[in-house]
Formats: sequence, structure tokens, C-alpha cells
Amino acid sequence: MTDQGGVRPPTAPFARTVWMVLRKDLTVELRSGEIAYTTLFFAVSCVLIFAFALVREGRAPEGGAAGILWIAILFAGTLALGRAFERERQAETLRALLLAPVPRPAIYVGKFLGIVALLVATEAVLLPLVNLLFTAPLFAHPFWLGGIVVTCTIGLAAVGTMFAAMLVRARSRDMLLPVLLYPVVVPVIIAGVQGTAALLQPAFDPAVVRFWLLLLVTFDVVFVVLALWTFEAVMSD
Amino acid sequence: MSDESSRPNALDFTDIAVEEVSRSFGRRRALSRVSFRAGQGEILGILGPNGAGKSTLLAILATLLRPTSGRVRYGGVADTQGAALRARIGVLGHDLFLYPELTARENLEFFAGLHAVAEPAHAADEALERAGLGTRADDPVSTFSRGMRQRVALERALIHQPRLLLLDEPFTGLDDASASALVARLRELRRTGAILVIATHDLEIADRLLDHALFLRDGRPAASIAQPERLRTTYQEVMTRPLDGGGA
Repeated sequence: MTDQGGVRPPTAPFARTVWMVLRKDLTVELRSGEIAYTTLFFAVSCVLIFAFALVREGRAPEGGAAGILWIAILFAGTLALGRAFERERQAETLRALLLAPVPRPAIYVGKFLGIVALLVATEAVLLPLVNLLFTAPLFAHPFWLGGIVVTCTIGLAAVGTMFAAMLVRARSRDMLLPVLLYPVVVPVIIAGVQGTAALLQPAFDPAVVRFWLLLLVTFDVVFVVLALWTFEAVMSD
Repeated sequence: MSDESSRPNALDFTDIAVEEVSRSFGRRRALSRVSFRAGQGEILGILGPNGAGKSTLLAILATLLRPTSGRVRYGGVADTQGAALRARIGVLGHDLFLYPELTARENLEFFAGLHAVAEPAHAADEALERAGLGTRADDPVSTFSRGMRQRVALERALIHQPRLLLLDEPFTGLDDASASALVARLRELRRTGAILVIATHDLEIADRLLDHALFLRDGRPAASIAQPERLRTTYQEVMTRPLDGGGA
């Protein structure tokens, strides 16, 4: 808006807005535990069912542990994404966020980091569980594992946060979110599965893991930049 | 909000002008060629039955929706996007825009922070005192009655001292005492020079509050009356007479 009389109302800077939105989301989640418990319960159930179905005499099919880990994270993440924005819709607080004089992409980043935090907390439980049930030596290379897990989670959350925000007013949002999200995020999940599977090989090859990690970093950069670029337009009107 | 006085006063537009604003959702026209002006220290009421377009009009004034045609001018400026304009607008919706899991203080501090109020904690304390909720400041909003939540929500909408305050059915669910307190607060805001636009069904309360009434019917302006009196009679008359297809 063109300023009148040379006076410009103060607006919250980007980083401060991100922090406020993130802190608010984490506070609400700590009080209710709603998303964390649902996500964790679903993910653990998923891993347990697959473990009982696939593990025979203590041996899982090759690559099974990596695939099941990321399927559980993807499905649990979809639940978390839907609920995170449903919460903003119920009391129309999303409108209040959009009415605030803040850079709207900062709202996206705050919500996105909240989802990442929730998913990382879920993964902190899932990784030892998969390690135990599938006798998969996931923690043999903790640095590489951390890289794969964090980058894959960022890719999933970056796209998912964007789509969940877009669909917040859609009547069939629960059905539409996976329909829109999965085709876009499948390359990220495949890279995550391949990177994790490479970590579990008896002959560990850092070059292979590095390739998948770089691919994931590329996905992350593209998805985050696209989301930041389009969020304002998507949330307007 | 006393700390606000130390910074340049951001409340620098003195009127809003809605010019031939229409808004369609797909093939459905929610608003059709609505025009009006509202000035400093004025309370404008938007009256009409459900589906008349009142909430759509408020959403356009709040910059949440763009008009399909026509424009809104804020003190002569027609740019309806941008953080600087949003900093001058406060909205009290029918939904209260509060996080039920957070306390009243946390809600107010959060929104004060988003609006870059210099000392959010101090502003929240003052707002809680104004709302008469100082003793319940640290209780979650989910434990509040509708009237108490409404008071917190009004203070949330005012925490940044907006120039333009938009209220959508603010009296719904309030008992007489809470409604009277809200009326008193709105009159106080009028005295301080804010522009208030209220969409309401409550004609008895509106009767003693409005400086100007705009009647909407099927998204079209059916009448516009300055210093309205006996609103219920006027409302019934306006809503039953044939629309001429013209403006207000």
C-alpha cells in the first residue's frame, strides 16, 4: 500500500514471524498432544503389522526395513499435515494469521517447521523400532542416516504443508490431500528408501548414499523455493 | 497499548470508500454493485438476512477476498493487498480467531507479536484488564464462556489499534450484560476515531448504535439510511418491497 503521510505501520520481520508461529504450534501441540499421539500410534502400528507379516526367523526381506520405515512416515505425516491445518480452520485462526501484517511465506515456514518437528519426533521412535523389529543396522552410520532422514522429512513436509494449506477450505480435503501429495512426493520417498537401503547394505558404499542425499537436497531446495514463491498467491483470495 | 504511542501513529486513513463492488463465486453472484462510504468516528451497520452478502463484504474490506469488479479505497488508496494495509485493519469474526488450547494472555501476546506491537506482554496485560479478565488471564480460552471469549476476541482485534474495525455478528450468543458492555466498547472506539463496520442481525442493539445503515438483499444494496431509527420497521419494509435493481 502506498503510504500516507510517510507513516508506515510496523510489520513483524520474517524470522520473528516464523518463530512465533512455530512456538505457537508447538505450545498447542504440547498442551493437546493430539497430532503427536495420533501420528505416533499410527506409525508404530504400521511398523508392527509389517514386522509381523514380513519378518521370518528374524530375517526381513532385503530393503523391506527401509521401505516400511518410509511408508509409515509418509502415512503418519499425511495425518499430521491434515490435522495441523484442520486446527487452524476450526476457529478460523488461519484467517487471523492471514490478516496479520506479516510476510505470508513466514507463516508457511512456521507451519512447515512445526510439521518437521513432529515428524522428527515420530522418527525418533520409529528408527529404533525398525532397527529392533527388522534387525536392520540403521544406526551403523548415524551421520548418513541423519542426513537422509532430515532431508527426506523436509521434502515431505515442504510439499505437504503447501498442499494442506491450499486444501484447508476444500470440503473433501481429507481425500484430496493424499491424492495431490503422493504423486509429487513419491520421488522424495523413493530417494529416502534407496538412501536408507544403501545404509543397510553389508558393503556400505558412501558414494551411493551421497548420491541419494544430494538428490534429496535438490528436491528440498526446489520444493521449499516453490512453496515460498507461491504461498502468498495460493493463500490470497 | 500505551507503548504504541511512542511510535508514529499508523492510523492514517480517515475514510473508506466502497465503489461498485461485486463479487462472484463461480456462477453465483454474492455481491452486486455495492457502494458506500464510512468515515472516521462512524459506525456503519450492514443489515440483511442470511446469504445477503454481509460476510462477503466484510471479507473484501478485510482484504481476504478481492472484488470481482469495483474497488475499495482506503483513504484514497485502492491497493487492497499488502502488510501495511492489513496492519490498519482489525477483524472480529463470527468465529473468534482464538486458539482454545492457549490461555487468554498467550492468545493476545501471540497476535500482538504478529502485529509488531512493541511490547506484546504489556499490551496483552492492558487488553486483559480492559476485557475484565485479569484474573482469568492464564486460563485456557477453551474454559471460557462465549461472552468471555468474545471479550478476548475483541481485544485481539484491537490489540494493534486498527483504523478500521470489522465486526461480523458480534452480538451473537451474548447475554444482555455482555452485549451492553460490547456496545459501550464500540462507542468508546467511535469516540477515538476508528471506523467501525458491523454486520448484524440484532436490530434492537443496532438501533441505538449505528450512524449509518446499509441494507443488503440477495447481495444487492436495498437501502442506505443515515442516522437510522426504528430499524426493525425499516428492515421489514426494505426487505419486503420489490428490488429496483439500483444501488443504495
